[in-house]
Amino acid sequence: MTTRVGVVVFPGSNCEYDAAAAVTAVGAHSEFVWHTATSLDGLDAVILPGGFAHGDYLRPGALARFSPVMTAVAEFAAAGGSVLGICNGFQVLTEAGLLPGALQKNRGLTFLCQPSQLEVVTSNSILTSRATVGAKLSIPINHFSGSYTCDDATYERLVANDQIVLRYVENPNGSRDAIAGVSNEAGNVVGLMPHPERAMTTLLGSSDGRVLLESFVAEKLATR
Amino acid sequence: MKFSVVVEVSLRTGIADPEGATIERALPALGFEGISSVRAGKAFRLNVEANSETEALERAIALADRLLSNPVIEQSTARIEATA
Repeated sequence: MTTRVGVVVFPGSNCEYDAAAAVTAVGAHSEFVWHTATSLDGLDAVILPGGFAHGDYLRPGALARFSPVMTAVAEFAAAGGSVLGICNGFQVLTEAGLLPGALQKNRGLTFLCQPSQLEVVTSNSILTSRATVGAKLSIPINHFSGSYTCDDATYERLVANDQIVLRYVENPNGSRDAIAGVSNEAGNVVGLMPHPERAMTTLLGSSDGRVLLESFVAEKLATR
Repeated sequence: MKFSVVVEVSLRTGIADPEGATIERALPALGFEGISSVRAGKAFRLNVEANSETEALERAIALADRLLSNPVIEQSTARIEATA
């Protein structure tokens, strides 16, 4: 059966069409979910796309986490549903407490829009289940607040539970331990700053995002 | 009663503050010597309905912890500015 993926649209989201196209490109069905929705019934997976939800006022994700749909996303995640936050979506998930840590302004205080090399750290996540650990992926970044930070206790838990999903080969933004993406403890919620949905065809520079989207729409990961 | 409350949000100790560091590095070139430990943050001024100053501050801190700050990396303080 075709996997049904909901792409959440906040006021200010701007990568929802790219995300939907990427989902379609790997053979799944995509549909938009407006941020006032209170149910995700009928969906197998959910993407929080990039952009500037609610204008990124106060802090990226700070207001979006109070959108009605986020209650539904939290319930969906708690029930084991696959949730992927890309860029701004990652920021929303950390603000909502669905992922550990926080995203700060880039260490160099510059907006970064460039290709980045990522290393797959684990295959124990809904985003990397079909990827090879140690593989290098070329996937673009496009953010101002992408410096991943967390306290020591959280970092030790991330390492012990295999929750670091992707690392930058060359740390572009001062992220702790060059972390580009993390998962929750169960591995069914993943957030990353780079944009795999923009790396779906070699015509546009790279198709390395494909294996990540293929993992995401593949059958759900059994609970670890 | 209405109280004017100022909430200050700053990064927790130990969390890198690239804005503060950049400002500090710019100071000598502008002729400001002897200024160190610059930390950047945000301030919010709110009018809070409450029965006492204590209650006004409690409400402001609750708001700060829930929305104005991200407690993962930030801390907040609240103070009464003046009774409006």
